[in-house]
Amino acid sequence: MLTYIIRRILYAIPIVIGVNLLTALLFFYVNTPDDMARKILGEKNVTPAAIENWKRDHGYSLPSFINGKERGAARLTQTIFFQKSVPLLWLDFGRSDRNNIDIGSEIRSRMWASLAISLPTFTLGVFLEIVFAMALAYFRGTYLDLWGVVLGVVMMSVSALFYIIGGQYLLGKELKLFPISGYDHGIYSMKFLVLPVVIGVLSSVGVGIRFYRTVFLEETGKDYIRTARAKGLSEGAVLFKHALKNAMIPILTNVVVSIPFLFYGSLLMETFFAIPGLGSFTIDAIQSQDFAIVRSMVYLGSLLYIAGLILTDISYTLVDPRVRFE
Amino acid sequence: MAGCTNDPYRSSEKGANVFYTTFNEPPKHLDPARAYSSDEYDLIGQIYEPPLQYHYLARPYELEPRNTGRVPEPLYYDKEMRALDHDAPAQRVWRAVYEIKVNKGVMYQPHPAFATDAFGKALYLGLKPQDVKDVHEIKDFRATGARELKADDYIYGIMRLADPQIESPVLSILEKYILGLKEFSDLLRIDLEEARARRRAVRGASYNQTVDEKEDPIALDYRRHPLPGVEKVDDHTFRITLKAKYPQFVYWLAMPFFSPLPREADLFYKQGPLADRNITLDRFPVGTGPYMIDTFNPNMEIVLARNKNFHEEGYPRRGEEGDLASGLLRDAGKDLPFIDRIVFKLEKEAIPRWNKFLQGYYDTSGITSDSFDQAVSVSAAGRAELTDAMKKKGIRLATSVRPSTYYCGFNMLDGAVGGYGPDKRKLRQAVSIALDYEEYIEIFNNGRGIPAMSPLPPGIFGHIEGADGVDPYVYGWDRARNRPVRKSIEEARRLMEEAGYPGGRDGEGRPLVITFDNPWTGVDASTMINWYIKRFKLLGIQLENRTTDYNRFQEKMLKGNFQFFCWGWNADYPDPENFLFLLAGPNSKVSSQGENVSNYSSPEFDRLFRIMENMDNSPERLKVIREMLSIAQRDGPWVWGYHPVAFALLHDWVGNVKSNAMANNTMKYLKIDATLRERRREGWNRPDLRPIWAIAIVLALGSIPAIISIVRKRAGKKK
Amino acid sequence: MPIILSTDLIVYFLIAMTVYFSVGVRREGTLRTAWHELKRKRLAMVSMAILAVYLGVALLDSIRYRDAVVDGNGAAVRSAQGSTVYSPQALSLLDRAFAGSRLDTEKTYSAPFAAHLYTKESVELADGTVARDYPELKHPGGHWLGTDKVGNDVFFAALKGVRTGVVIGAGTTIIIIPFAIFFGVIAGYYGGAVDDIVQYVYTTLSSIPGVLLIVAFMLLFGGSGYQGGFISEKDLAAGVFVPNDRLFWLCLILGITSWTDLCRLIRGETLKLRELEYVQASRAFGVSGLRILYRHIVPNVMHLVLITFVLQFSGLVLAEAVLSYIGIGVGPEMGSWGNMINTARLELSREPVVWWNLLAAFAFMFAIVLPANIFGDAVRDALDPRLRMR
Repeated sequence: MLTYIIRRILYAIPIVIGVNLLTALLFFYVNTPDDMARKILGEKNVTPAAIENWKRDHGYSLPSFINGKERGAARLTQTIFFQKSVPLLWLDFGRSDRNNIDIGSEIRSRMWASLAISLPTFTLGVFLEIVFAMALAYFRGTYLDLWGVVLGVVMMSVSALFYIIGGQYLLGKELKLFPISGYDHGIYSMKFLVLPVVIGVLSSVGVGIRFYRTVFLEETGKDYIRTARAKGLSEGAVLFKHALKNAMIPILTNVVVSIPFLFYGSLLMETFFAIPGLGSFTIDAIQSQDFAIVRSMVYLGSLLYIAGLILTDISYTLVDPRVRFE
Repeated sequence: MAGCTNDPYRSSEKGANVFYTTFNEPPKHLDPARAYSSDEYDLIGQIYEPPLQYHYLARPYELEPRNTGRVPEPLYYDKEMRALDHDAPAQRVWRAVYEIKVNKGVMYQPHPAFATDAFGKALYLGLKPQDVKDVHEIKDFRATGARELKADDYIYGIMRLADPQIESPVLSILEKYILGLKEFSDLLRIDLEEARARRRAVRGASYNQTVDEKEDPIALDYRRHPLPGVEKVDDHTFRITLKAKYPQFVYWLAMPFFSPLPREADLFYKQGPLADRNITLDRFPVGTGPYMIDTFNPNMEIVLARNKNFHEEGYPRRGEEGDLASGLLRDAGKDLPFIDRIVFKLEKEAIPRWNKFLQGYYDTSGITSDSFDQAVSVSAAGRAELTDAMKKKGIRLATSVRPSTYYCGFNMLDGAVGGYGPDKRKLRQAVSIALDYEEYIEIFNNGRGIPAMSPLPPGIFGHIEGADGVDPYVYGWDRARNRPVRKSIEEARRLMEEAGYPGGRDGEGRPLVITFDNPWTGVDASTMINWYIKRFKLLGIQLENRTTDYNRFQEKMLKGNFQFFCWGWNADYPDPENFLFLLAGPNSKVSSQGENVSNYSSPEFDRLFRIMENMDNSPERLKVIREMLSIAQRDGPWVWGYHPVAFALLHDWVGNVKSNAMANNTMKYLKIDATLRERRREGWNRPDLRPIWAIAIVLALGSIPAIISIVRKRAGKKK
Repeated sequence: MPIILSTDLIVYFLIAMTVYFSVGVRREGTLRTAWHELKRKRLAMVSMAILAVYLGVALLDSIRYRDAVVDGNGAAVRSAQGSTVYSPQALSLLDRAFAGSRLDTEKTYSAPFAAHLYTKESVELADGTVARDYPELKHPGGHWLGTDKVGNDVFFAALKGVRTGVVIGAGTTIIIIPFAIFFGVIAGYYGGAVDDIVQYVYTTLSSIPGVLLIVAFMLLFGGSGYQGGFISEKDLAAGVFVPNDRLFWLCLILGITSWTDLCRLIRGETLKLRELEYVQASRAFGVSGLRILYRHIVPNVMHLVLITFVLQFSGLVLAEAVLSYIGIGVGPEMGSWGNMINTARLELSREPVVWWNLLAAFAFMFAIVLPANIFGDAVRDALDPRLRMR
């Protein structure tokens, strides 16, 4: 088991390096350091000399990938890529371009706000999805199933933007049940979280119900279920005892992959509800073109994705002993 | 469910003497040498105290000393260092000397940088990472200290402006004026590069500049080099020497760039372990002002708390006419500040901000174009008034013309729209007429703007009201109604014809296509662009939109690669020079990277500009300005655009509010009635739970068929 | 003078594909049975009809030509060289059909079917005094869904969003189909190093957060592209075909971030197909690898392509709205529901509320996404036997 995990992690290393290279290429090509300097130095009194100085002071005056002026190892190390991108490999995110903040400590402090909203949304969402999907599977073929599916499809046909705009308008402004937006620490955050969590669940539950319903239907169509039914087990028992257990693999695939991403937060929710998490951190960075932050977040996102893949593989082996560690 | 509330604050804050306001993006720099935007000034204006400030109530704007004896009068000297008269001509002035006396007994806020041990040694210098394990904010340092404000601190603050690591946005301007600043900053840059080279040599190939300077910031020693333009006379007096006559310099002394900065604080923050925890001067200022930073969480809230060391300062005893009647002088002479804490909440979105203001959770608010109709109606007399709904809530309205101008311009270097021939002038005049800013202001600003006749907004010396101030090429004057009338579109079309573009077509019949550069983003961008396209179409001109991001926009402006553009200007100080230099030839963007974006260059205008910039406000100056304006109006390098008018809404529990477009330290004057606020909030925010019950009932009813079908299934099985 | 944008090609291709399948349905075996299956479902057929209407609107909005410039007397203007002068704006058939809605603009907001503006304005009375009143519209009752902030017809704006929605929904998948098939099939068929490389590429790509990749890409390529309105001199100089289209770049990058799913599916299917007897037999007979791929493998993964295509459609239409919110969607002059929602967001805080912009965007979007979802499900059920049992 341990060797399996280690091998999976080793396999991820080239991917991490690939992501690193790709982002470096993209970001130093998309946004030349000159652009960055101009944007960051502001609107008034920006002279070319000031831009040159900015680049020098932020380590952007170096060549991109190979420094011809240097000798030996320095040919590679004294480059933008090596100085800005390679430290990411050992999670040294460095400083933001715009206001020199330490990105690593910023990520650590913002992570909790992201989790505070994404974790309840996710668990509540998955729970409701599975419960409703099982209910639909139980009533399959009846008009309840039909209307349930129709409702699910209708719900997933509405843009998430509408849920957010409508939710803030109705629950926050008209009914005055919750603060429209905002955040506070610890226990005080409760009242701010209800609205985004409810809206987050509403906007994703349609897709989930439909997905899990097909999973359950596929499972209940299988032979062993028929046997169970033939044995005279009640439909409820069939669903809970057999179908649910065997549907664990597709459910796990869906769930485990997303777990690491919970840290990453939600771009839309966090900006609309002014929650100081990683999602709004990223959006702000995009809008102010702080590419040191964007680069870090891209990299972090990739790491989380890869972690999700590895976790999924491991969880398979735990749920289903038939899966071997090849 | 019964505990539902939309109150965004903790219940412990109820009834406290706290002022609630917002910021819409995290401030980037609170370092006074770098901060240059209004939202940053909202914060540091309350913390740092530069030598001068604008009088809160007096109009026209007037400077008054702040911790300094008086507003300094410059002494002028010629080449032989002989004293000159105050009105000596600029070319004879060789040096201008400003002497500033600092008040005694002014103390800094309590701050760990001043904390010393029993031997007077700084307690928190040479920190190691393990020393600051539990430090997340400046509050987490247990010991603090304070000391008296000295002339050295002002000098240190000015020297910091020259530090290449600071990247002060005004260094390039000040280098032109302050004696020796340029040389000083060049020497510092050499020092910096040498320091880097030394570190590089030690580290070899593994040297990584960013990482290295993050772990161990380079602290340059400013005392190694002379800065003749700034000298200390004694502990409480210093002098600033300029290389030329520059009457506008006193305005600079009211800007945070000239705030005193204690050297202890600078050295304190230049410690790697602190920077690693994001504890920097950019986030935790050290000042002498009425407030100090209590909480700095730019992603959520910034809290200022009363500085208990704040020196004595009284509420102004005099004001403008009418201030007495409106109760603005009720607190005359009382000790400032009135409010204990100021809470800035991050609100990026306009809708939540507006709604929370209406719910009473923010004490003041601006008005977006979309909430305007709800808040303000324009009375029959054309005056803005609050709607009844607002009046019922006790909300009040404060308006002020901002010292800024939003204009569109032509590239005077462009072959098609630029140039100074009569035909080109007529083309530009036609466009100026067609761009009906009265309509624009009505649509996009709900009338909150004044169509401009020149770059000078109302309230700035040189702005002329009434028939005399009208741009005669774009407007006529309606005597009966006593107001300007925009010339008709037919007249504009005729001008087009005379310009050689009848119906917008050139001699060969091709339609005139003008490219339109702007950096607009956001929700209104497309409708604004469409408006411009629509108006140009009236002349038969095809406007080709080229919206780009701000970077590319600036790059195009710098290279002169554009025809028509829109931009804006916020004045640094209330002097016509700060507007008219936008049209001065030597400031051309393309040739000298100045702020004259349309690259307008008129020898006569430039000659008058040189005269005007060194004059004090006087009838003679007014005459020169009028001459300049009429030249610019004739050439029409800009479509003058409009001057925005700011509308602010206030709840009735906020007192002592008077809009002041120049001052940024106004929060110390404000007052609130917290009990009244509490009462109002409770009245306005009763949660409405009925729909929740309704939904619950619908859900319950909806599950009945499911229950029935289960029951039936069961029954079916039993059979 | 006709103008063809690169996204127009997507719409043409989509039409061609529809025609091909409707012909193919009559001929071929599996498609034919699937079609019969599909025909039995009334909801799916209604959905298909609605989608066809949308496609028709998109097509009308994708056939465009430039008008010759006429002078005051209506005669065509000629340049010095004697050639006809054309306007830099290429109006589509849709623009021409709705010329009324396009040109009859009001000053600012007006409610659906209203006769007066929605906001009061200072109206000058004869005696010189100013009163605040609701001015009369230029076209009272003529705007079915009202007008927006600058007085443009909302119905027409929503209609212009159709093409953007269809192009994003369909174009994204169309652009990447060839790559997904190629890489998926060779990875699955050849295995070994080829498989490793392809897997490495798509794992790497898919592990970069999509939104960020899109942002970076759009900043790089999207800036100079055609964004609606006039076509720039530079693009016109290239001739009839205008390849530099911001919407196209958007489709491309959305494709790059979403092709990995399809590729993975195809690879998996190919792995299975490779082991089938007739493929094994062909290999034994020495048929070349490429030929096997072309003859046996590719046709048998096409149903996956079709399923992915219809299933991704709705998600992509929704994604466009979100991207516009972040500010990297289509340009402001190109109609798009995302842009409409973005503006409408602020209008909800007006008092009285301006609701028709939001409603129009919602209705138009809902009316394509819902049928797309229903139709997609039906197609999947019809084509993938695994999910057909019920």
